[in-house]
Amino acid sequence: MTLSAPTILLICVLGLLGIGLYGMLITRNLIKLVIALQILVKTALLALVIAGNIIGQINLGQSLAVTVLAADTVVAVIGLALAVQVRQQLGTLDVSDLSTLRE
Amino acid sequence: MLYMGLAVAMLFCAAMAIRAKHLLTSVLWLAGVSALLSLIFYLLGAKQIAVIELSVGAGLITVLMVFAISVVGDQPIEARSIIPLPVAIVLIAAAFIMLLILTIPAPAPIPGGEVTSFAEVLWQDRGLDVLVQVLLIFSGVLGVLGVLAHRIQLTRRSAGQSAIKEAGK
Repeated sequence: MTLSAPTILLICVLGLLGIGLYGMLITRNLIKLVIALQILVKTALLALVIAGNIIGQINLGQSLAVTVLAADTVVAVIGLALAVQVRQQLGTLDVSDLSTLRE
Repeated sequence: MLYMGLAVAMLFCAAMAIRAKHLLTSVLWLAGVSALLSLIFYLLGAKQIAVIELSVGAGLITVLMVFAISVVGDQPIEARSIIPLPVAIVLIAAAFIMLLILTIPAPAPIPGGEVTSFAEVLWQDRGLDVLVQVLLIFSGVLGVLGVLAHRIQLTRRSAGQSAIKEAGK
């Protein structure tokens, strides 16, 4: 059975989605969480471009991907800034230690 | 076959980015994912986003992450997950199977010429998105200031201490 290129890439999208979700669920390090989020966003980028390729409007997929990429960069920067500030204030990057904020 | 190789390499890099014990190693694997993704974009005909992904995803974000890791330190946290591991695996497998049923096999690409250019789509059809991106980039600049604030404070503190020492002499 020969798989077409969009099918192979869609299976790759699903694999990346699984890896990103796994990272988000098991990681406790704040910076590692940002990395897992980056993998999830790259998955979304790939899915958008594949969809544009399938419907024959690759430029529409690209323009949507540019918007997602800008938002993703800002999310990464703000996540890293939060990680730096949390490390300074609490002395740790462990998200389970952030529960002290509730007290 | 080329797509298959690229897809497997990208999945391997992503898995290693999650599994790596040190943050710096993890960031480098993530940069590998970005580089392979930009190659796939190029092969799919999305040349503009390939260049942007390579420069922003593999360049800017990697540099920012390395900078943030140099500020906070590369402290390994023991691998005790937030939720029980079997629950996480079951949830991910369920999501994977449901999406697999919905999306595979992919429909055949629709032949037909692209009538609008990338610039036309971006600036005319999706002009509102560009405005939102400007606001997002502004908030990103504020985020960078948040990262850099630590270094600025340290620099000011050390400059103040050296000035006090010189005045004491």
